[in-house]
Amino acid sequence: MIEVKNLYKRFDDIEVLKDISTVFEDGKTNLIIGQSGSGKTVLMKNLVGLFDPTEGQILYDGRDFVKMSKKEKVHMRREMGMIFQSAALFDSLTVLENVMFPLDMFSTMNLRERQKRAMDCLDRVNLVGAEEKYPGEISGGMQKRVAIARAIALNPKYLFCDEPNSGLDPKTSLVIDELLHSITREFNMTTIINTHDMNSVMGIGENIIFIYEGHKEWQGVSGDIMGSTNKRLTDFIFASDLLKEMREAVTHNQK
Amino acid sequence: MIKILHRWLTMFGRFLILMGRTFSVPERFRMFWKQYVKEMEQLGINSIGIVLLISFFIGAVICIQMKLNIQSPWMPRWVSGYTTREIMLLEFSSSIMCLILAGKVGSNIASEIGTMRVTQQIDALDIMGVNSACYLILPKIMGMITIMPLLVIFSSALGIVGAYGTAYVGGIIVPDDLTLGLQHQFKSWFMWMSIIKSLFFAFIISAVPSYCGYTVEGGSVNVGKASTDAVVTSSVLILFSDVFLTQLLS
Repeated sequence: MIEVKNLYKRFDDIEVLKDISTVFEDGKTNLIIGQSGSGKTVLMKNLVGLFDPTEGQILYDGRDFVKMSKKEKVHMRREMGMIFQSAALFDSLTVLENVMFPLDMFSTMNLRERQKRAMDCLDRVNLVGAEEKYPGEISGGMQKRVAIARAIALNPKYLFCDEPNSGLDPKTSLVIDELLHSITREFNMTTIINTHDMNSVMGIGENIIFIYEGHKEWQGVSGDIMGSTNKRLTDFIFASDLLKEMREAVTHNQK
Repeated sequence: MIKILHRWLTMFGRFLILMGRTFSVPERFRMFWKQYVKEMEQLGINSIGIVLLISFFIGAVICIQMKLNIQSPWMPRWVSGYTTREIMLLEFSSSIMCLILAGKVGSNIASEIGTMRVTQQIDALDIMGVNSACYLILPKIMGMITIMPLLVIFSSALGIVGAYGTAYVGGIIVPDDLTLGLQHQFKSWFMWMSIIKSLFFAFIISAVPSYCGYTVEGGSVNVGKASTDAVVTSSVLILFSDVFLTQLLS
């Protein structure tokens, strides 16, 4: 479980995050949603330690990440996996070498065991057969799946995903969503996904935090969204005419 | 003026902090060794071709210039060979060759690390708990320092071969005169001096571009700018340190 308490982040005079307090639960797919520039990515970068918060606490199972020493943070990071918006695979390594990288770096397994573990992870994301290819030779969706395989190679307790569906077609996005959701359940991880993909919100959102201009505007589950009276949330979620009509139809049927 | 000084001091401070992170114990020596060997090949072995080519022709050209412009009936016969050897050994094979490598290797390092920065590959390493500076930069510095003495020796040797080329193929100078000049008052310390200087230059060529690439912010335009900055800064530093090192070692 990750608990955020009264988190603030300022860049010079600009306050990007304002008094964020929330809990990301174990075994659940936690989503952070919000418009571009609302502070989602800054929040995630604070959570993983790429930025230091100006004020506040980030507690990983009760351990305050902000107050940890550099050495403790390094150890803590070995319990984290992260999937970047751009996948961030190492260009010079093959798919298999990318997945093996965290194992090569931190595990005590021998080469055969590391290869087997990496192949198991690739199998989990349906990428067996692509292990000898380089990141530049595979599609964006496959790159995201390799990134997932790399992120889960060391069985992390916490999984962070920064807009995992950006640049993907709706069908591939669904595959990625389903994969993240099932992996979260399977390994009982605390998964946090930064997204503005409405399919993800409605499909896999078990705990949704809506960030609006740097503060937490709303928190709930996907089922609550349809009936929400929070105007900022509904304006964001049902921005398109199609979704507005869909919402009206659903609420009309419920009456 | 104060602003510029402040900027340079800030940059120098950041460079020292980065070097502090770079020169730490690698997480896995197996991975360090793998990267070290790869960097030696990529930065050093792959530069042998250009070093040999340039050294051969510069050796030949220096010999021709010396013969045509310095040699006279009033000069000893060995003067062309002697000056060719001294120029190759004392300056070309260490300093000028490193200036050339600053262009080739420096831009390569800055653009590679810079691209890794803007595509979040370095962030990925950091989040995994890997010391990205140590993993990426240390093998480059160590690889370059290891391979540089070999490049200096190859360069000096090929320069001499180039000079013999003018003697045997071009007939510009009598081979015996050239041999006499090459052997005249040879001091082995000059070879060591050249190698010692090149070790410092190897550090500059690898560390400065690594810093430029590692600290890139933004996109591809900034990677290009970092690459240019890396070449310019390391070239200037090589020239400055050459003055001090020559004075110190002579």
